[in-house]
Amino acid sequence: MNAAKVQKKPKTTSKLKQMRSDWQLYVLLSFGLIWLILFAYKPLMGLRIAFYDFNPFGGLAKSRYVGFENFQRYFSSPDFARTVKNTVMLALWQLGLIFPASIILALVVTQMTSRGISKATQTITFLPYFISAVVVAGMVLSFTSPNNGWINIIRRSFGLEPIYFMVQAKYFRPIYTLMLLWMQAGYNSLVYIAAIMGIDTSLYEAATVDGANKLQRIIHVTLPGILPTIMTMLLLNIGKMIRSGYETIILLYHPSTYEAADTIATYAYRLAFDNPGRADYGLSTAVGLVEAVVAFIMVALANYMSRRVTESSLW
Amino acid sequence: MATKKAKIKRQGSATVRSRGEKVFDFVLNLIGVLISLVTVYPLYYILIASMSKPLSVINGTVITHIVDFSLDAYKEALRIPNLWVAYGNTFYYAIVGVAMNMFFTTTMAYALSRKRLVGRKLFTLMIVFTMWFNAGLIPTYMNFRDLRLLDTRAAIIVGFGISAYNLIIMKNFFQSIPEEMEEAAHVDGASDFRIFFRIWLPMSKPALATVTMFYLVNRWNGYFWPMTLLRQDKLMPLQVLMKKLLVDQTANETEAQIITAASTWSPQTRIYALMVVAIIPMLLVYPFLQKYFKTGMTAGAVKG
Repeated sequence: MNAAKVQKKPKTTSKLKQMRSDWQLYVLLSFGLIWLILFAYKPLMGLRIAFYDFNPFGGLAKSRYVGFENFQRYFSSPDFARTVKNTVMLALWQLGLIFPASIILALVVTQMTSRGISKATQTITFLPYFISAVVVAGMVLSFTSPNNGWINIIRRSFGLEPIYFMVQAKYFRPIYTLMLLWMQAGYNSLVYIAAIMGIDTSLYEAATVDGANKLQRIIHVTLPGILPTIMTMLLLNIGKMIRSGYETIILLYHPSTYEAADTIATYAYRLAFDNPGRADYGLSTAVGLVEAVVAFIMVALANYMSRRVTESSLW
Repeated sequence: MATKKAKIKRQGSATVRSRGEKVFDFVLNLIGVLISLVTVYPLYYILIASMSKPLSVINGTVITHIVDFSLDAYKEALRIPNLWVAYGNTFYYAIVGVAMNMFFTTTMAYALSRKRLVGRKLFTLMIVFTMWFNAGLIPTYMNFRDLRLLDTRAAIIVGFGISAYNLIIMKNFFQSIPEEMEEAAHVDGASDFRIFFRIWLPMSKPALATVTMFYLVNRWNGYFWPMTLLRQDKLMPLQVLMKKLLVDQTANETEAQIITAASTWSPQTRIYALMVVAIIPMLLVYPFLQKYFKTGMTAGAVKG
């Protein structure tokens, strides 16, 4: 024990010494650190609201502590099953459509022979990333409008009845997913394009010598080459998709499409901010906390698995 | 380097091209063209419809080009009250806000990129944790209320100072600059402040540009928190006004307005004109930004 003490002492003093000589680094660190504490960690204290029948005007001091009552209310309400199902379904739609489309887009633009078309395709598909969700949602609403929307104008010219797409629940998931596809495919493909560019070209030459044609080279060289990237993005996206998009969904959904569009996050939003006269801060915070915990577990799990499977993680 | 590799790849495949491969290449090029057309058409349609007379738009004759040219939709769009105020606010939030982002992000990223920093692991974990977990809507909103920042410009400028993802890109880039440069500067008597400002920042231009662009796009396009935290019209950024005009009104519109051959604009063509007005600034800077995003994606993939 004595020996340990003797050993420990110089170590701490040298650390202090190091910190003192690095004081300028701590000054640089302090701005961001103070910001983090004020705007990322202090709000965590507000999660206590989830355990109160919260009175927004009196604050926690004038609110009644209710334990897990808000959580119980959420779990036992019919909204619970609906919001969980919609959250999972929208994540699956994205996983099934946007995820593979981004990889295919990367393959197309890297394997095509025309340099000009390849560049143009990359530039054009990346362009929607710069357009705000509000404007894109406005485009969707306008194009699908039953009276003078572009899609219904075309339908009418074929003699078909116009459809009011945005008030029918069955159209919500396809329309929302297609909109995200348009917005994100080009941006998402960048990471795969970078991975494809990083593949050792001698592998392609060897495959050519072995008589592989282009499609075979794509299947046997390119795809295995970017598999680690695909795995990492897949696992990380699963977690991210859970909590994605409430800002975008609330632009598009409608009471008549809630059955397909209302996710855990949009539900939490509506309880607090779009519930005139009956805003329920306690329940909203509880619902938000459930979502955050689920998303946290998914992301942590995905990151852990990604590290095990591909021996790499994004952080 | 990447383009060089691609070139070699193409030459390699060009040497022996069977008939089947020629067809395959043609199909790939064709798919590229189709993807481009499908992606760009909605934007192109908005542009031509906004400059056509509403009757032609409704009749469905506006498909490939402007029919019955008129700029009245733009005149009407630009007369919308608060449009210029909102536009100005967006520029203000974008410029001042991004400057604030870059200050918080680069200073903290530099400190965290120094391996000798005592407590480095803990501080980095504090950043990473914010990517994984956030307090949610109400706690965040109540925090702004407690700090007396509701309905202030400061809430928008300061409240969204750091994105963990961007900070990590920046930190990784700072780490990739050889430490010997710092040691040499220390020997010459330079302070950490000086090394950061005079050596590290000037050497990090590509990463600085990338991260600036990430922040800029978010600042320009974000609507949710300004809508939630601000009340007064004179503080609202463009996207919040756009939400009112494009989303809330379109959803409620009965569209009973009668459109005749004489109409030079309609609520619909005005909406298209507004979209063009809202999109244009980003599209003008886009060609200059595109190349930086690629470096950013690669830099972000570098392990921490």
